[in-house]
Amino acid sequence: MIKLNANSPGVPLTDQWDAYKAGCKLVSPNNKRKLDIIVVGTGLAGAAAAATLGQLGYNVKSFCYQDTPRRAHSIAAQGGINAAKNYQNDGDNVFRLFYDTIKGGDYRSRESNVYRLASISPEIIDLCVAQGVPFAREYGGLLANRSFGGAQVSRTFYARGQTGQQLLIGAYSAMSRQIAAGTVKLYSRRDVLDIVVVDGKARGIIARNLVTGEIERHAAHAVVLATGGYGNVFYLSTNAMGSNVTPAWSAWKKGAAFANPCFTQIHPTCIPVHGEFQSKLTLMSESLRNDGRIWVPKEKSDAELIRQKKLRPEQIHESKRDYYLERRYPAFGNLVPRDVASRAAKERCDAGYGVGSTGLAVYLDFSDAIERLGRAEISARYGNLFQMYQRIVDDNPYRTPMMIYPAVHYTMGGLWVDYELMTTVPGLYSIGECNFSDHGANRLGASALMQGLADGYFVLPYTISGYLSHEINTPPIPTTLPEFHLAVRDVTDRLARLKKSGGKESVDHFHRRLGKIMWEHCGMSRNEEGLTKALGLIAELKAEFASGVKISGGLKEYNPELEKAWRVQDFIELGDLMVRDALHRKESCGGHFREEYQTPDHEALRNDDEFAYVAAWEHKGRDTAPEMHREELHFDTVKLTQRSYK
Amino acid sequence: MGATGQKTFSSIASKVLMALAGVFLLVFLAVHLGINMLLLVDDGGKSFSAAAGFMSSYPVIRIFELALFGGFLLHIVFGVIVSIRNRWSRPIRYQHKSRSETAPFSKYMLHSGVVVLIFLALHFIDFYFIKIGVVAPPPGIERHDFYSRAVLLFSDTTYSAIYLVSFVVLGFHLNHALQAATQTLGLNHPRYTPLINAASTLYAIIIAGGFMAIPLRFTLFN
Amino acid sequence: MKFTLKIWRQKNADDKGRLVSYMVDDISPDSSFLEMLDQLNQQLISRGEEPVAFDHDCREGICGACGLYINGRPHGPLKGTTTCQLHMRAFRNGEMIYIEPWRSGAFPVVRDLIVDRSALDTIIQAGGYISVNSGGVPDANTIPVPKPNADSAFDAAACIGCGACVAACPNASPMLFVGAKISHLALLPQGRIEATRRVQQMVAEMDALGFGFCSNTYACQAECPKEISIANIARMNREFLAAKLAAEKEQTGGFTI
Repeated sequence: MIKLNANSPGVPLTDQWDAYKAGCKLVSPNNKRKLDIIVVGTGLAGAAAAATLGQLGYNVKSFCYQDTPRRAHSIAAQGGINAAKNYQNDGDNVFRLFYDTIKGGDYRSRESNVYRLASISPEIIDLCVAQGVPFAREYGGLLANRSFGGAQVSRTFYARGQTGQQLLIGAYSAMSRQIAAGTVKLYSRRDVLDIVVVDGKARGIIARNLVTGEIERHAAHAVVLATGGYGNVFYLSTNAMGSNVTPAWSAWKKGAAFANPCFTQIHPTCIPVHGEFQSKLTLMSESLRNDGRIWVPKEKSDAELIRQKKLRPEQIHESKRDYYLERRYPAFGNLVPRDVASRAAKERCDAGYGVGSTGLAVYLDFSDAIERLGRAEISARYGNLFQMYQRIVDDNPYRTPMMIYPAVHYTMGGLWVDYELMTTVPGLYSIGECNFSDHGANRLGASALMQGLADGYFVLPYTISGYLSHEINTPPIPTTLPEFHLAVRDVTDRLARLKKSGGKESVDHFHRRLGKIMWEHCGMSRNEEGLTKALGLIAELKAEFASGVKISGGLKEYNPELEKAWRVQDFIELGDLMVRDALHRKESCGGHFREEYQTPDHEALRNDDEFAYVAAWEHKGRDTAPEMHREELHFDTVKLTQRSYK
Repeated sequence: MGATGQKTFSSIASKVLMALAGVFLLVFLAVHLGINMLLLVDDGGKSFSAAAGFMSSYPVIRIFELALFGGFLLHIVFGVIVSIRNRWSRPIRYQHKSRSETAPFSKYMLHSGVVVLIFLALHFIDFYFIKIGVVAPPPGIERHDFYSRAVLLFSDTTYSAIYLVSFVVLGFHLNHALQAATQTLGLNHPRYTPLINAASTLYAIIIAGGFMAIPLRFTLFN
Repeated sequence: MKFTLKIWRQKNADDKGRLVSYMVDDISPDSSFLEMLDQLNQQLISRGEEPVAFDHDCREGICGACGLYINGRPHGPLKGTTTCQLHMRAFRNGEMIYIEPWRSGAFPVVRDLIVDRSALDTIIQAGGYISVNSGGVPDANTIPVPKPNADSAFDAAACIGCGACVAACPNASPMLFVGAKISHLALLPQGRIEATRRVQQMVAEMDALGFGFCSNTYACQAECPKEISIANIARMNREFLAAKLAAEKEQTGGFTI
């Protein structure tokens, strides 16, 4: 039976992190050398953690499924990273960043973690600059900032549209330095398929070498999961093809609670789906909404003609366009938060006003901005995005409005962690997008990078020492323990079952079907009926998958189909949990919109009396329904209000 | 750290030495062309012979001559080393021919270099070896009389043809030479690099055109 | 659309490998190149054959995982484009398309179109970083950087480590990759501190890994999906010469020049 204890220090919010650091137990350098830590994932959180732990003197083993750590999907983040530096002197400070994050998350995150995140944010920028991250600068040589959705100050640091890439390369470089120094050992092209728990403590992992198919055992005194989000449960998402939930899911099965799984973020500005064989959605930076105006035709007949390619958007007169965000949200207009913008687009398309060949797209129009600022200025601001759009869609966005549609982008839910970022399994930590901690029910733009780096560089290295200080007398964990044997047996059995299931359909077939169920019933808006139906559909899919999947190739070789099959099987189970979570949360908040719970003018209607808690789900065995535990959220510092962007 | 730990030339050092030797050869070519241009002076070879005589007798020139041999040797030896290394670096080659855009003629520096080397060998036999007495001069021509020697050679159409072809190839070699050398020496600048590239082409045209003018004059106007 | 594909198939590193022909039909011109291969793989799986293995991940042109040698060009016919961002409309209907793995002695084939590019990581480990620890660094704005330098550093840092420069180079040289990293760090005041040591160590490592030497054909620049300039190679050469000629202390292990 899981006990949720957030372990936040019992002092006022603003003093908590200092108090924690002052009281936290440390490990001396000669003992650090004797302690092994496994870090799974090499994105911002994982690479930052591996680099820092290595530099502190621990023996770090770092795992990634990619061929090199530098390809982790943090690399694809475009917009920027928030930090309460107040370099612009526009009234920003740590409290404001904290407040914006709590509010943006629709009051479903833990105050103590978010406050710590905000207070650490300035240090991140200092470190990244020292590492040589080429942030945008003003002519005076100092750092530039831009504004982002959900904030009234300019606190976002950026490196053109490639901030994630530059930050990741910074972390990867720091990690490379430790690899050269011998403190970090890299295991690339490995899938982590199980977490080994010995006497109630996380003691290692079982990994599959993706090149040789060999099953490997790795032991350590603590295990850190930095494996990112699970957006690929929707099949089409902006996540990388390989992004998966597998390590986190193994942790769940080994006793780690999974929190708020239904909180997913749907990003409003993605390139629409073009066809059945599409494998992946591409995000266009949110910054486009600073200058672009979003609209659909006012008349259904016009929309119909556009879908049939008998009419071009430029031909639709100004008076026949519906700038629906400006109409519905005059105060924020096109800059409403992501969840609001996404739902509004879906509402219009569902009502029959959508454009594009599928009717699932809205226009993002720059003609006004081009008239106001000139083409050169627009090209300077968004040139690379326009180029990317043109390459994919084969249409010139300077002339024809862009088409956009929401797509799954980020998952706020994840492994439940306490203030120390430890899951409910002692010695098992979760950092970055992989945990649930900081973004509540909706994440603000440019906050994911902040969280990943804060966790990896500055939080985990402190909090893990508290745990490891009790482990200094534990000798290296032998991989010959029965728990390792058992885990290896489980893994090999499951691989063998997958391989011999001998069905007819490819893995992608099942993945696509799962994605469709999730998108339709557990996507941008949800309702009881759809969710209940989804539970049944997922159960069917799960059974069909077990007997109907066809996997070519062998177990002991490079076999991408086998990799995918394992991941998709986990996604199907996760889908079930997400639907359960969405079903139980009878309120609308952030990215979770239950149609039954909305205000008269169709805005999300939160229910703080009954649902101001974190839903942490516990695995109860293969054939038993998971059990939900609550971590009540206490808002001592901020006052809960209804979000309004009107 | 050099993983091999050997004392050897690094990639960049090898290329820098090659480039420096190449630049030295570029200077030599200009001097050589200057003297050869005297062949075009219509004075029965008087000024040419005077210049040639000076070049073969003045002691300081002897030192330069040695440096010149050194330059050629360095350029050729490193050219060969780098080429061999470069072939090793891709043991399995592509099935489809490369269609990547490359700087004009840059892929054929080795090939053109070999052509120039063959020409150089002929040139040595025809002139330098005669001068130092290793090879006997043709009957009726004195060992130091380069003018008559040149006139005789250019009266042979085959020789002139070989000569012309060699210099066309040298022209292409040179077109890439100066720009590649500046790049290797790290002298790249957004403003000046285009000028250097243009100068490189101009230099190639002047050298190749200048040398080629000589057989053309002798065969066309004699 | 319809295509004939000639794809390099190789079971593992020890297999000899060969080109195999496949036909694909019913390809949307809006499909990406990798989606076209996905479609082929679905066919192969349903026929009980082994799908073609190729590296890919983000499919939005930034992770650098994908990289195929397509009709004699790394990442195919379009300039400044990764394989995943290449769409089938860039080809003629019915065209024959050769698809090969990157070729370099330092990039052994793992399977089919997948090569092992860890040599690039090894070069970075030799010095492609600024030696600072997490924490104890000065406030970010105490290190002003002239905007032009910051911009040039960014241009160099845009490298995605895909290895197309090696694949394109007639000599399989990674000098654009190495030059870009050296430039990125050398252009910033933070990076200057270690510049002398860094360039020597990285060049030495690059040489030790058996890559070829640059012969200034600039094929790398033409094929780089991030359009990184060869000016970065020149800067590396300059940094290297300055380091070797001006350094008063021998800073690398074996290499003298």
